[in-house]
Amino acid sequence: MEALLSLFVRSIFIENMALAFFLGMCTFLAISKKVEAAIGLGIAVIVVLGITVPVNNLIYHYLLADGALAWAGYPDMDLSFLGLLSYIGVIAAIVQIMEMFLDKFIPSLYNALGVFLPLITVNCAILGAALFMVERDYDFAESVVFGLGSGVGWALAVIALAGIREKLKYSDVPQGLQGLGITFITAGLMALGFMSFGGIDI
Amino acid sequence: MSAIKETLTGPIFKNNPIALQILGICSALAVTSSMRVTLVMCVALTVVTAFSGMFISSIRNHIPGSIRIIVQMVIIASLVIVVDQFLKAYAFTISKQLSVFVGLIITNCIVMGRAEAFAMKNPPIASFMDGIGNGLGYSVVLIAVAFFREIFGAGKLMGYEILPLATEGGWYIPNGMLLLPPSAFFLIGGFIWVLRSVRTEQVEEPEFKLAKHTPVGEGV
Repeated sequence: MEALLSLFVRSIFIENMALAFFLGMCTFLAISKKVEAAIGLGIAVIVVLGITVPVNNLIYHYLLADGALAWAGYPDMDLSFLGLLSYIGVIAAIVQIMEMFLDKFIPSLYNALGVFLPLITVNCAILGAALFMVERDYDFAESVVFGLGSGVGWALAVIALAGIREKLKYSDVPQGLQGLGITFITAGLMALGFMSFGGIDI
Repeated sequence: MSAIKETLTGPIFKNNPIALQILGICSALAVTSSMRVTLVMCVALTVVTAFSGMFISSIRNHIPGSIRIIVQMVIIASLVIVVDQFLKAYAFTISKQLSVFVGLIITNCIVMGRAEAFAMKNPPIASFMDGIGNGLGYSVVLIAVAFFREIFGAGKLMGYEILPLATEGGWYIPNGMLLLPPSAFFLIGGFIWVLRSVRTEQVEEPEFKLAKHTPVGEGV
């Protein structure tokens, strides 16, 4: 239990997806002009990560890993080279299913998330989390915690950046840095701030 | 002939994918702490962009519009698997250092963006050239960032010592911050600043303009 809690805290603050590994940067920079939009996107990322990482974990452990197909009578099969293709397929499929499910049953949430859901398929934070999960060999419980934790961390980062940018537009930025340039430097300063969490262990 | 040259060289400075189109930033930041890893990443990305452009463009008239994203995704993912397996076989240590970032070429917006914006409308050869051009545009930014990070952060280039370090009897005290992730943000921010000072048409309009200060005596 303690190990899981520690993993949760680590994936939110220390190994923050956006600020320590630079995953999901494109959406991170593009959808951080307004706080409301950032909150919507953040929630969508938490939900999608919380579902896809555990599902990919099951797929890896029961279908793809070396010897994983022993239950089907193929103990020598190693399909791990198909990993990339299956993860991205699973992510695309789950995002699509979620979109249809929300449209049918929870229309209010669907309207709030609407535009962001399709964007999330190509958000590298989602695929990155799946690949980190495989590389670090998490089991199922760890993958649930890791998925949720890195989602929360990413959401936190994007909402904080949006808050800063809303204030920043009233300030006098040098001409060439206007827009993208100053956003990069702000994100860099935030990354420095997040680095101060390094070394925290529960 | 000049059209092909234009698709090849246009993306390098005039329409740079990272600085202007804001595509493919994730890996630009993460893999640039040493030159050797960066070069491998650039080659991998250029190969994937060029060949995915060529393949997608050669079947573009047969892809139904509604499932085109999935078809593109499958082609790109297959190419990335080939690159990944190749690196694992011939450059294992570098492939370990790149870890998940080779796989993340799939979701690199440059590849998807060029497939969607260029390869779906143009013949295979032009798409291939466009892929190489955009790969080079990406490489220019990455190599510039990696150059500064490695030479000032570790005093080395490609693993060879350029600035002798103070700890090893030389004179250069390395700036450790450049090896840390945030420095990549600052370097790319600065790179954009330089690029936009030269090409002022790329500057974004500010949303608000500050009013002038009121001089003393005029206020009341």
